[in-house]
Amino acid sequence: MTVSGDESWLDGDAGRLVRPYAVTNGRTTASLKLDLVSMVVATGNGSHSSLEPDHVQVLGMCLRPASVAEIAARLRLPAAVTKVLLSDLVDCGAVRAAAPRSETDATNRVLLERLLHGLQRRL
Amino acid sequence: MAYNDAYDLPIAVKLLVAGGFGVGKTTFVGAVSEIEPLTTEEVITEASAGVDSLDGVASKTTTTVAFDFGRISLSPSLVLYLFGTPGQNRFWFMWDELSTGALGAVVLADTRRLEACFDAVDFFERRGTKFVVAVNEFDGAFHYEPEEVRAALELKPHVPVTLCDARDPRSATSVLVCLVQYLLAASMTTS
Repeated sequence: MTVSGDESWLDGDAGRLVRPYAVTNGRTTASLKLDLVSMVVATGNGSHSSLEPDHVQVLGMCLRPASVAEIAARLRLPAAVTKVLLSDLVDCGAVRAAAPRSETDATNRVLLERLLHGLQRRL
Repeated sequence: MAYNDAYDLPIAVKLLVAGGFGVGKTTFVGAVSEIEPLTTEEVITEASAGVDSLDGVASKTTTTVAFDFGRISLSPSLVLYLFGTPGQNRFWFMWDELSTGALGAVVLADTRRLEACFDAVDFFERRGTKFVVAVNEFDGAFHYEPEEVRAALELKPHVPVTLCDARDPRSATSVLVCLVQYLLAASMTTS
């Protein structure tokens, strides 16, 4: 794990010193179905006692709603690793994930209309 | 339990921006995104073609693919993410993962080398992902009419072809409007 206060000789280009999957104890699949645009947010509670520093870092990115892709990009973690860490956080109640979208034609159409109006406002 | 009370999280939707290498995908994403485009990577495992296999045991290779994306918050409850697909051909297998859940795609085309976007057109047609073709009008490129581009790409008559300047937020946003209008029209006819 990273040692705080001892990182000044590293710059961003050095990348991570720990192999990505070491932070997930070698797990490559998350217990929860998450994709790149799954939205997550911190709940403000949950048991934090078992959290690793990487979990704490991920949790810190969830104070406002964010997507898996954004958290992965900002922490420079592969998306798959981010998903594992996030699902741990969901399991312990510290983070909440959005329900998977239902893909019926009707809801899709309402969504497309909202999307269209939102985009047209920006023109 | 994990999914309870998720109603206040915004709905996130995904659109793809595809096309050949250097056609302006990142420029396009940057022009419409409210944040500096971010890069994230995914580690992909795929069964290798096995040319070096000596013992018949299927070997696996892992590849890291990086892709850019941007975000547009359309309202407090609706966020649009735009993902640029990796341009290099050898990352193609990744596209499947990227396209899952995408509402549609923009295929950016450069008239100086239209063939660079053949693969993207082919991929979305086979996958059944709806797309529009946006011709990025580079300075100094010969001007073609949308119908000439349609013919050259052998596009079906219903696929919209539009012109754009990928550097211009307004122009790039118009392409997205064109795509969503097309998706909406298609959703009306399918039910």
